[in-house]
Amino acid sequence: MYSLSEAAHQVPVIDPSAADGTFSLLWLVIGLPLIGAAVLLLGGRATDRWGHWLGTLASVGSFVVSVLLFVELRGREEAERSVTQHLWDWIAVGDLEVGLDLLYDPLSALFLLLITGVGSLIHVYSIGYMEHDPRRRRFFAYLNLFVAAMLMLVLAENYVGLFLGWEGVGLASYLLIGFWQHKHSAAAAAKKAFVINRVGDIGMALAIALLFTTFGTTSFSAISEVSGAAEEDTLTAVGLLLLLAACGKSAQVPLQAWLLDAMEGPTPVSALIHAATMVTAGVYLVVRSNFIFELAPHAQTVVVVVATVTLLWGAVIGCAKDDIKKALAGSTMSQIGYMMLGAGLGVAGYAFAIFHLITHGFFKANMFLGAGSVMHGMNDDVDMRRYGALRHAMPVTFLTFAMGYLAIIGFPGFSGFWSKDKIIETALAENWVVGVLALLGAGITGFYMTRLMLLTFLTSKRWKDDVHPHESPAVMTVPLIVLAALSVLGGVLLLGDWIVEWLAPVVGEAPHHEPPLPIIVITLLTVAVVAVGVAAAWFLVGRREVPLTPPQDVSFATRAARADVYGDAINDVLVVRPGAATVRGITAGDRTLVDGLFTGGSSGVKAVGNVLRRLQNGFVRSYALSVLGGVLLVVLALLAVNLA
Amino acid sequence: MDFVKPTIEYAELAPLLIVLGGACLGVVVEAFVPRERRRLVQVALAAVVLVAAFATTIWVATDLAEVADGAARGLLAAEGTIVVDGPTVFLWGLVLLLSLGGVALFAERRLEGGVSAFAGQAAALPGTEAEREVSTRGWEHTEVYPLLLFAVGGMMLFPASNDLLTMFVALEVLSLPLYLLCGLARRRRLLSQEAALKYFLLGAFSSGFFLYGVALVYGFAGSMQLAAIAEAVRNDTENQGLLLVGMGMLAVGLLFKVGAAPFQGWTPDVYQGAPTAVTAFMSAATKVAAFGAILRLFYVAFGSDRWSWQPMMWAVAILTMVVGAVVAVSQTDVKRMLAYSSVAHTGFLLTGVLGVQGAGELAEGQVTSLQAVLFYLTTYGVATLGAFAVVTLVRDSNGEATHFDRWAGLGRRSPWLAAAFGLYLLSMAGIPLTAGFVGKWAVFTVAMSAGAWPVVLTAIASSIIAIFFYVRYIRIMFFAEPEAGPDGLPGEVASVTTPSLLTSATIAVGVLATVVIGVVPGPVLDLAARAGDFIR
Repeated sequence: MYSLSEAAHQVPVIDPSAADGTFSLLWLVIGLPLIGAAVLLLGGRATDRWGHWLGTLASVGSFVVSVLLFVELRGREEAERSVTQHLWDWIAVGDLEVGLDLLYDPLSALFLLLITGVGSLIHVYSIGYMEHDPRRRRFFAYLNLFVAAMLMLVLAENYVGLFLGWEGVGLASYLLIGFWQHKHSAAAAAKKAFVINRVGDIGMALAIALLFTTFGTTSFSAISEVSGAAEEDTLTAVGLLLLLAACGKSAQVPLQAWLLDAMEGPTPVSALIHAATMVTAGVYLVVRSNFIFELAPHAQTVVVVVATVTLLWGAVIGCAKDDIKKALAGSTMSQIGYMMLGAGLGVAGYAFAIFHLITHGFFKANMFLGAGSVMHGMNDDVDMRRYGALRHAMPVTFLTFAMGYLAIIGFPGFSGFWSKDKIIETALAENWVVGVLALLGAGITGFYMTRLMLLTFLTSKRWKDDVHPHESPAVMTVPLIVLAALSVLGGVLLLGDWIVEWLAPVVGEAPHHEPPLPIIVITLLTVAVVAVGVAAAWFLVGRREVPLTPPQDVSFATRAARADVYGDAINDVLVVRPGAATVRGITAGDRTLVDGLFTGGSSGVKAVGNVLRRLQNGFVRSYALSVLGGVLLVVLALLAVNLA
Repeated sequence: MDFVKPTIEYAELAPLLIVLGGACLGVVVEAFVPRERRRLVQVALAAVVLVAAFATTIWVATDLAEVADGAARGLLAAEGTIVVDGPTVFLWGLVLLLSLGGVALFAERRLEGGVSAFAGQAAALPGTEAEREVSTRGWEHTEVYPLLLFAVGGMMLFPASNDLLTMFVALEVLSLPLYLLCGLARRRRLLSQEAALKYFLLGAFSSGFFLYGVALVYGFAGSMQLAAIAEAVRNDTENQGLLLVGMGMLAVGLLFKVGAAPFQGWTPDVYQGAPTAVTAFMSAATKVAAFGAILRLFYVAFGSDRWSWQPMMWAVAILTMVVGAVVAVSQTDVKRMLAYSSVAHTGFLLTGVLGVQGAGELAEGQVTSLQAVLFYLTTYGVATLGAFAVVTLVRDSNGEATHFDRWAGLGRRSPWLAAAFGLYLLSMAGIPLTAGFVGKWAVFTVAMSAGAWPVVLTAIASSIIAIFFYVRYIRIMFFAEPEAGPDGLPGEVASVTTPSLLTSATIAVGVLATVVIGVVPGPVLDLAARAGDFIR
């Protein structure tokens, strides 16, 4: 079976220096969007008119600070690229001491740029997208809250701080999925996301508790120093709990079911939270906890298995969805599966997982915003069967979307080509079964993305006459163009192995593994498999007439894919129904037994009270008699005890 | 016959002497200062005396010499009749602070339209021409301030007395002014006078038992001194019957004062009939003083024989808690509810008293029963004084509206005051983050570690019942609509009269103390611990 034992010893210790100079601005990165959210939420309607500008400004300001910090960090020696800022003592209970500490190192630096950069673009885009929504100010407040929480997540220096951000993004995600709460489906989707994430959060909380009882601290730097001394079983348990948390947040099997429903949220939310940033938090968690996973090979194995299953699961779902956003959501699941696979491969894969995470952030945000732009022009219809031939009506959207498309399928030269190829290559080098499955996933990706592209922009026009597709305003297309450029050029991060060396101080250097085939062969093979997928889509979708309603006489595989590979059905049988039965049982017990005891007890007390109350008749003689009785009681008690 | 001049430790007894001297001065003021200026002078005098006494108490407290290898601090004063030790000064400080609140409530004049809550002239019969005349002239009884000071003097002497006779004198000095004060209500005078007479009769009755107990114990030990009694209890095996009956009689006198069942009969009637300001002062300060005396008598004099009295205390504590909590459930008058609640609290305090253990049996750093009871008295005193202070403000056309129907919806009309009352009730119920919770926790722990688990179980059950009637008031204030009267129109509801700074400050300080002690109990617990043990 898969194992990484020989790599398991070079876990870099996190040893940050105190923040000074430019780095003392670190808190501002979180502070700006947080202040933005506070002003917009507390300011109420008074801020309606300029609220979206303030929100965007806060995000852009945060991006500027991130860039400054990044430049400063690059100027430092490799060994010095880790700074920490202590804001204040947060929790001090018994032995548990947690400071609100921030950690800025090459890993969080990349995340800062991604979150604030893509975040700012999406803020700009939302100005146009949400223009006619009466609650636009609130939307920007939530977006700012999300950005602040996500930054807290990636900047925290300890697990408790990370948990704060973790819960913060969960809250923001809940609020934004259910933003159109008047729609029943949106409210239900928000609830579903929240509940499933709760399962993951339990894993997180337990992991933190276990870390604290094992190491007496929750700080990354302190644990990374001593994690080698812990027993492997403990580390495996911590690793599995962290994986559970990651599964919840990153929609990995078995906690994947919420992501498709989360598309009920406004499209910019899908782009920012449910594609580019928040859902990748699980990958961040695994990479950040490398000092745990490197020493817990069994947990790593589970990560790889979960990732491989998810990347296929999501890809299969993506093949059958007619809803453009759900097809993209399936693809997101699948791509995060790739990242998780990279992270599960250990030192050899961490850097590529992060690399793919960043390029995916670019091209997936690009495509989601493109989908939003399409919906904007199509009266918010999401059914691709009623699209077709939109390339003429929306040329900018089409071209930018096409860049994203080429990136995700891994067209040579585009960003996705470099990043996904690296993960497949590493997987093949480590374990050929996983590698082949990842390769297969790439082929399916080629199929479903081509299908989406064909249905939407090519083939024949299928929309009704009362729909007038039109290009979106500049405030929406400019972010698309920027993201499209990034989708094309994202691969430069790999030039001269830059990202690998940049992350090396955090994730360690990989010992060289010879892949089973020459690299050029693997690359060609990948391209060939993708080409097969694209061709299949062309023959099955592009060359045929597309029916307006989905055909029913389809294969079992299609039916399964349409039903999200039965994710909800499985949850229903395994969790929901037994849970509901338990609740019914407990409620019945509560009503008869507990309430019965309680009401019975209280009426008993009242009855006794009413009897005793009659003794209080207001006559001094009765009271005196009672005193005399008391004297007898006291004296007899004393005598009985002592003289008996 | 030689007359030996007794040695009096004036410095250490200064707080006591200041209060009693101030009381005498108050009587003189009553005789010589013209009527129109009398109230101002009396209030100022009482306040200055109490503040000065409190300041000297602190000074005395910082200056006590250590005895018995540091286990206790203090000295015997006045030829061994009074003992000034750590617990004494703690109780002095507490009584003085509560009395200061009492004076503030006594001096409140805005509620009755410019006059105090006391009768214009006690001697004027209710409903006669004489009473009306006094009322139109706006006279008021300013004797209440010297009376209060005398009572405070008695309360300070009570827990400090080191022989049985001094203790008896202190008991009478504190009781007699209280009997008078109870009968001085301006409104519902007959009820008030009835209450005073009941209190007096039953008080005299129980004093008789106490005195009989003094005689019997003297017969057993041949001395009034607590230390000598303790010596005799340790060594003598003769005449056990004399000791036990005497002990029982003494216990009756003290248990009557704290309102333990079955000696609680007077409590609801007196609490209801007395002017509420007096009830507030009496319920808080008397309990502090009387529990101080119980602690001293049973720990110092009978401490080595605690196995013989603990079972009796178990029985009384259990009975008291059950009666207090259960009967409170069926009360509809807020003052009677608080009276029964105070009975229940007496039971909780007794739970702490019977949790006494030998020094060797305590774990390092464990809360002692003395410390727990002192702490509980602090939390209880603050909450009770504050709660009755709130009751003085909730009024309708007939004066104070004490029927709970009248309180419906008060939380909407006066949210701050209702919240303060709610907080006091929650503290009495022992909800975490209020002072009462820590107090209950302390007394329950000491009783548990002394093996009195049946008492603790009863205490917990009573606490649960108590939560019901406390929270019912919160529900009535915040969530109930005023009930319709018999004519179908909305019934009359009470409203809050805006008080002067005196009452508001008392309530506010009480709220602050309840929250602060609840959140950070450490300093007060430490203070109680620093008081150390009794001097034996």
